[in-house]
Amino acid sequence: MLFNAANTGGFFYLVPFLVFFPVIGLLINITLGGRMGEKAIGAIACLASGLSFVIAVLLGLALLGRPEGVVVPYLNWITIGNLQLDWAFRVDTLSVTMMLVVGGVGTLIHIYAVGYMHEDVRHNDDPGRYRRFFVYFNLFIAAMMILVSANNYMMLFIGWEGVGLCSYLLIGFWYEKGKDGIGNALAGNKAFITNRIGDFGFLIASFLMFKYFQPLAANGVFSFDFDSVATIAKQVPQGVILAITLFTLLGVTGKSAQLPLYVWLPDAMAGPTPVSALIHAATMVTAGVYLIARSHAIYSLVPVAQNWVAIVGAVTALFAATIAVAQFDIKKVLAYSTISQLGFMVAAVGMGAFVAGMFHLVMHAFFKALLFLSSGSVIQGIERGEHLVEHDPTLHKRMKHEGHFDPQDMRNMGGLRHKMKTTFWVYLVGALALAGIVPLAGFWSKDEILAEASTLNPAIYWLLIIAAFFTAFYMGRQIFMVFFGDPRSEPAAQAKESPAVMTIPLIILALLSIVGGFLNFPTLHTFTTWLEHTIQVVAEGATGGEAVAGGFNIVVAILSTVLALGAITIAWYLYMRRSQDMLKLPLNKRADDPLRPILGPIFTLLENKYWVDELYGYLVIKPYQWLSKFLAEKVDWDFWHDFFHDTILAGGFNGATRLLSGPVDLGIIDGIANFLGDGFKELAAQMRKLQTGFVRNYALSIFIGVVFIIGYLIIRLG
Amino acid sequence: MLPVYYYLGLAIILFTIGALGVLIRRNAIVIFMSVELMLNAANLAFVAYARYWQSMNGQIFVFFIMTVAAAEVAIGLALIVTIFRTKASIDVDQISTLKG
Repeated sequence: MLFNAANTGGFFYLVPFLVFFPVIGLLINITLGGRMGEKAIGAIACLASGLSFVIAVLLGLALLGRPEGVVVPYLNWITIGNLQLDWAFRVDTLSVTMMLVVGGVGTLIHIYAVGYMHEDVRHNDDPGRYRRFFVYFNLFIAAMMILVSANNYMMLFIGWEGVGLCSYLLIGFWYEKGKDGIGNALAGNKAFITNRIGDFGFLIASFLMFKYFQPLAANGVFSFDFDSVATIAKQVPQGVILAITLFTLLGVTGKSAQLPLYVWLPDAMAGPTPVSALIHAATMVTAGVYLIARSHAIYSLVPVAQNWVAIVGAVTALFAATIAVAQFDIKKVLAYSTISQLGFMVAAVGMGAFVAGMFHLVMHAFFKALLFLSSGSVIQGIERGEHLVEHDPTLHKRMKHEGHFDPQDMRNMGGLRHKMKTTFWVYLVGALALAGIVPLAGFWSKDEILAEASTLNPAIYWLLIIAAFFTAFYMGRQIFMVFFGDPRSEPAAQAKESPAVMTIPLIILALLSIVGGFLNFPTLHTFTTWLEHTIQVVAEGATGGEAVAGGFNIVVAILSTVLALGAITIAWYLYMRRSQDMLKLPLNKRADDPLRPILGPIFTLLENKYWVDELYGYLVIKPYQWLSKFLAEKVDWDFWHDFFHDTILAGGFNGATRLLSGPVDLGIIDGIANFLGDGFKELAAQMRKLQTGFVRNYALSIFIGVVFIIGYLIIRLG
Repeated sequence: MLPVYYYLGLAIILFTIGALGVLIRRNAIVIFMSVELMLNAANLAFVAYARYWQSMNGQIFVFFIMTVAAAEVAIGLALIVTIFRTKASIDVDQISTLKG
């Protein structure tokens, strides 16, 4: 069990600075950034992120002496009746692993972004937005650190939403650009709204948790913290746990881009490339995997839910890998690859292979960040070439393209290995790591998942094996299309290598992608031992000793390597040989992709991503928009506004006012007043006539009066 | 000795003449005289009853009435003189400035 930080040594008390440093960095950049140069802004942002990483390293060192982990209470956050939420940081091997990834990869991407954004803001004609980018980036690091260091589900949810916000802000970073000047903004909306659906699942799961866990909590006060949830879960009915885990899975499919909510991630590539690398590949999208690993105690109780998680992951892995085969946008390929790899991780944690999933998460963070950043380098290299071509009349004439030139389209690339040597080599490392070629990072982590799957669930195993084949194929295709052959456009021929501030992080990530796999080398199991302090089960009940000890199966390893090499060979054949052959064909018969004539309609199907976006468009978005339109125009405008408000309320009020002011006020009230006034006036006019002024009249009146009074007295008394 | 209603009858006749004079005549002096006539009719009635009841009360009343009448005449004549000076007439119908 965990102990309080108060009576422990080490650097645990530093943990709040994981969040504070990025926040301080972004505050400095918000307040003073306007007066500072780009260099200072970038330096502060990198420093903030880097200090966070240093804290993460110190925490890791401290954990060596206390591997069972520590909870550092910081604030009493919310106390309402039976609910008590603390702002407490959880430092254990699992969270520190994530902190190291977020801090380490995050810092490298920050450094890269210093160079990348310098050109990007100029390419997009708004250098002032440089500061905004780093503010968002630091905010992301802070939110992600909250997410991974949370000790309870609600604090985790704050981070979960925080990273979602940053994702939205950064996808729409160039919000006025993109298709029709609104494409990027729409992509941001799509990501945010899709994630709302997932978050709905997360919230429902939390509500269920509170409803059923709170009565069983100690003293009846429920705190949502992971330890108490794990303890109480054993006493809660299976059905409830199943519902909680499945609703959590919905949250995971949103955040980690799994079926059926993966659709936002490819569109999220509208953000600048460092964003794609940091948020949409290395860290934020893995939050779902982390969440399941974090919730391993409740998932382990319900095999049905675990199966669903594994199925969702494996199907997504294969589904996205096939789509990636037929994409032409260099970043879209990587986006579908990310979805596919996240599928691997989700499948792994679903099967109970939490360590394998987390291991792949870390390795994927290395090589996918590397790939994205390299693709950013490629894109900017081509943009530099484009810039050169546009300003050189002789080259400009040779431009075959009329109209818009897409620097991300792989059909416009080719032959870049001569122009961008560093980028090529690091890209190759990343691609081979992703393809799972021994001895790179992806090989070890993917094979650990495959080995676990081969013993735990054969169906999942075969799905993943096929997905791994496609992975190797599309990465081979990408490498050959981008870096080999001859340049297929003038900008590609004139491409220039990126500056050192961008290539050095790439080299570091490439080194990590090469050596990272040895973190959990089959005979050493450093990473397994490390994580076992937090995740005790590691599916040992289900697999027996072998899988736990091994996590590596030589047959599986050979099979997957052979498949990967085979896939790369096919890619080589198609995109080197066939492409050369195709060049001999006349221009109008030349396909843009050698696969297109071979696969025919299937290629079109894949190129259009199985028309899932269109399907969702017709099934969900169109009816929803129709409903919105109906509600807005018919119900709200026509009924509520025109009919209810204008006709009934306003009309009725006007009518009532008119009635009250007209007949009632003017007629009755004024009528009474006027009648009284007129009556008295009339009476007075009549009475006036009595005042004749003739003394004798008065005398007569008095006389008659006297006669009457005397007469009365006589009758009365007499 | 004459019965008391002879005196009363005379008093009634005098009072009626006085009242009619007040009501009918327009000359302020005549009206004044008629008022005196009514007062004296009342005096006569008082005196008659005083004699009839063998009581002095009625006779004391008469003295008061005569005093009041004298005062009234003094003021009334002064008013009439003043009105005559301004209006050059003592016709009471001419003095109708307070007509409504």
